[in-house]
Amino acid sequence: MKALDRKLWRELWAMRMQAAAIALVIVSGIGIFIMSLSTLHSLYQTRETFYRDNHFAQVFASVKRAPLSVLQRLEAIAGVDQVETRVVAYVNLQIEGFSDPVSGHLLSLPDNSPGRLNRVYLRQGRLPEPGRDSEVLVSYEFARAQGLEPGDSLGATINGRSKRLTVVGLVLSPEYIYQIAPGAVFPDYRHYGVLWMARKPLASAYDMDGAFNNVALTLTEGSNEQDVIDRLDNILDRYGGNGAFAREDQISHRFLSEELKQQRTIATLFPVIFFGVAAFLLNVVISRLISLEREQIASLKAFGYSNVAIGLHYGKLVLMIVGVGIVGGIGAGIWMGRGLSNMYMDFYSLPYMIFVLKPWVIVAAAVISMLVAILGTLHALRKAARLPPAQAMRPEPPALYRTTLVERLGLQRRFSQPTRMILRQIERRPLKSLLTTLGIALSCGVIMISGFQKGSIDYMVKVQFGMSQREDLIANFTEPTSLRALYSLRSMQGVERVEGVRNVAVRLQFEHRSRRTAIQGIAADAELTRLLDTRLQRVTLPPDGIILNDYLAQLLQVRPGDRLSIQVLEGSRPRVQVTVAGTVRQYLGMNAYMQREALNRLLGEGHAISGALMQVDSRYQGDIHNELRQMPRVAGVVEQRAAISSFYDTVAETIVFFAFISTLLGGCIAFGVVYNSMRIALSERNRELASLRVLGFERSEVAYILLGELGLLTLVAIPLGMAIGYGLCLYMASQFNSDLYRVPPVLDVRVYALAAAVIIVSALISAVMIWRNLARLDMVAVLKTRE
Amino acid sequence: MSPQSQQRHSPLEPGVVFHVHGVTKVYQMGEVSVHALRGVDLDLYNGEFAVLLGASGSGKSTLLNILGGLDTPTDGHVFYGERDLTRADEGELTEYRRYHVGFVFQFYNLIPSLTARENVAVVTEIARSPMSPEKALQMVELGQRLDHFPAQLSGGEQQRVAIARAIAKNPDVLLCDEPTGALDSKTGIVVLEALQRVNEELGTTTVVITHNAGIAQMANRVIQLADGRITDVRANASRLPPRELTW
Ligand SMILES: Nc1ncnc2c1ncn2[C@@H]1O[C@H](COP(=O)(O)OP(=O)(O)O)[C@@H](O)[C@H]1O
Ligand SMILES: [Mg+2]
Repeated sequence: MKALDRKLWRELWAMRMQAAAIALVIVSGIGIFIMSLSTLHSLYQTRETFYRDNHFAQVFASVKRAPLSVLQRLEAIAGVDQVETRVVAYVNLQIEGFSDPVSGHLLSLPDNSPGRLNRVYLRQGRLPEPGRDSEVLVSYEFARAQGLEPGDSLGATINGRSKRLTVVGLVLSPEYIYQIAPGAVFPDYRHYGVLWMARKPLASAYDMDGAFNNVALTLTEGSNEQDVIDRLDNILDRYGGNGAFAREDQISHRFLSEELKQQRTIATLFPVIFFGVAAFLLNVVISRLISLEREQIASLKAFGYSNVAIGLHYGKLVLMIVGVGIVGGIGAGIWMGRGLSNMYMDFYSLPYMIFVLKPWVIVAAAVISMLVAILGTLHALRKAARLPPAQAMRPEPPALYRTTLVERLGLQRRFSQPTRMILRQIERRPLKSLLTTLGIALSCGVIMISGFQKGSIDYMVKVQFGMSQREDLIANFTEPTSLRALYSLRSMQGVERVEGVRNVAVRLQFEHRSRRTAIQGIAADAELTRLLDTRLQRVTLPPDGIILNDYLAQLLQVRPGDRLSIQVLEGSRPRVQVTVAGTVRQYLGMNAYMQREALNRLLGEGHAISGALMQVDSRYQGDIHNELRQMPRVAGVVEQRAAISSFYDTVAETIVFFAFISTLLGGCIAFGVVYNSMRIALSERNRELASLRVLGFERSEVAYILLGELGLLTLVAIPLGMAIGYGLCLYMASQFNSDLYRVPPVLDVRVYALAAAVIIVSALISAVMIWRNLARLDMVAVLKTRE
Repeated sequence: MSPQSQQRHSPLEPGVVFHVHGVTKVYQMGEVSVHALRGVDLDLYNGEFAVLLGASGSGKSTLLNILGGLDTPTDGHVFYGERDLTRADEGELTEYRRYHVGFVFQFYNLIPSLTARENVAVVTEIARSPMSPEKALQMVELGQRLDHFPAQLSGGEQQRVAIARAIAKNPDVLLCDEPTGALDSKTGIVVLEALQRVNEELGTTTVVITHNAGIAQMANRVIQLADGRITDVRANASRLPPRELTW
């Protein structure tokens, strides 16, 4: 080995703690980068593969009841490849030992086959056998939540008739990767399941012999999706079509797409922070090393080493540190990526996870970190190479200090000498002090992201379900009914309040922008649905005109006073114009509201309602729920709160994982910055501090001068970091916004407290390590050698 | 300065290694300018042992650094053989230092993280026809301390490692800036003996800076500097061996 390379190794070894602290930051950056991108690619790949292998449909539509003969006409639509008609029943399920109401969708399977489109993936057990009418397949997540196994049985109420079903297999479906009850926002695997059974028995139980109520189809390459949807709507219209929609609007697909979008944000935001901090750290550490070695550099040049050779020498040192970071980061990234992908595989109902690690991700991670490192140290390296040797051989001139601004303001008498030293040190290197502060502040911000998710969901739930949607249960009717239906509901025991709603599927259009959603017609004096403005104050619904939630209004770019065009997607499908009366703040969905009478007037219907919102005594909630299910007129019951709590259980794992990772990584940055800054301060002021010790200062007094500076910067960094953290959360929240939900940037006090605590602990750990170094301060040696 | 005038000053005399002509050096320190050299003319001869004598601040180091290609003069010319060092660019100066010059500094400037042998190897690895680090260290009588780190060596031993490092490449000239400045006289004598042996055995042109008149007695020639000017050049009729020097 070359002598110079030996020098490199020995120096690297001597500064191993500092190098490790820097490498740790790089490991974090690369780790997150690879984790997020490999998870993203794996999810994409897995989803695509699953979709392809199991023939996930591209267009979906449901109807009231259409004869099978319609199939031929559907197949004849230009651009349609394959069509599969189905019978889909919304059923109540009874599971032994579980008294809560459970609902589900029962889908028909062509006899003895997994289906043509949206094929199920058999995870456990077998397919139903022909002729055995009670055999069903159950969605895997639901079965797992309920502890169902092949061989178990459960009761179902189909169309008011009870039936016993036997589970023969547990399956996954491309259609239900994100499995969510209609009208719900969060998945609730205990209270909602998807089941498949042979078509014949289902059709006869559901009065669908020779008919279908659901159709899915795929398109030929190059066909126009919208054309097909329009033609489909035309044909299905008279059979009670509900408006066909494309894959993009399919709920499971949409949720997954949103998740992927968020993953992408994480994949970009975090590494930027980490690489920035790493560049800064490398810069300070290498600058210091070079200024310590300026005489060595001068002699090397005197011996005939060229600038390039010297630049390369230190460049190698940098790359070695970065190299450790890269290797560690790749390892950590793959490990975390696999962990996270598997977590997602569980969280979403994916049959398998194809872990994808694209080579370019690794190459990009390595190249980016090397570039960042070189950029971070280029200045120091150039300074090292540029220094004329004759000059470098002379000791560096004493640093220029001045009295600080604070002192000049006439406050100096309040400061002891050591405190003045601290202040002057900070003021002499404003940029460095600023960057150190910024580095610590960034770590504070990163930690805050960890607490942000939970706080946001809490707040979203509080506003949406605590203040705005105040009902306990929603009963949806099979078809619009008269207001009289509410009387029977009101008379049930434990029911406190009932309000009728009319929900209509529509497409809202303003200029060229349009969105498919539903208008909710509610009473003017509705208590259970409260519309809130941005300051969460109640907004009253005007007698005519429509109120949109802020997100929908923003999407359509409408303002109060604009005329909105409404294409109703049911009944006689009228097209009408309505004035936008206002907007309200909501974190979920894309909702539009009108007074029920006004909506019915538009539709040309009487006092019809399509569902009822109910507030009930919680002691009776289960009974009421079950009783509602027995009513033939009730198509389904939605219980948002139960869904929320079970959602918390499902996402808890992911949230904890994220919180853990970002806290850990934030701690890494904080430690990296503080420890390195302290080490450098120690090396820069070695002589000064040793002289003070010689003069009779105690170790703690000397430590005060050294650590006081970093302590002060850390204290300044914490509030700054909190502001940065808030900004980061704001940015993440804006990136996470979607049709389905908006993430309010809400941060609990505890989040701030946690971030501050982690920073302070990291600083204390660094301080303890430096304290031990101070014990080894060699007074004699320091005074003997010249500098 | 015109090309013709340069031509006139190129070394014609045989045996001249360095031809210094009208060299001035001004350091700009903010408002004030420091005149370190104020017009120096000097010839140095092949194989000679010259001592640069002068008070602290008289410009000795500045002159030596210019000779060694570590610094460039503000004005004037320095010829190394046929080569005008003042017109050389960075790369040429690096090449010049690498293959022709050996340096010994007052504060040794060893690399603390490398052993004695490795400190020498740093230079031999880039030289053209070096001696082995072991041989160079034997010449300064440090053959048994090969694997010691600088911190484990005394000042005199460190300086001898520095000499070994300077001579290991078989340089044409050896430039030493106060090699004994940080040493007591007994140790200093050991170092000077090493320098003299190298000068005699290898015939290396050697320039030694000192502010100590006693040392001047071991030189062929003594060049006296004061306030940036050469005030006196004299040849020693008889040279004293280092052992007999006192200071
Ligand atoms: N890099 C420099 N910048 C400013 N002044 C310098 C520099 N190098 C030398 N000097 C000044 O030039 C003068 C001569 O210095 P030097 O050659 O080192 O003297 P000597 O080696 O004889 O003690 C001194 O006044 C010194 O302060
Ligand atoms: Mg000097």
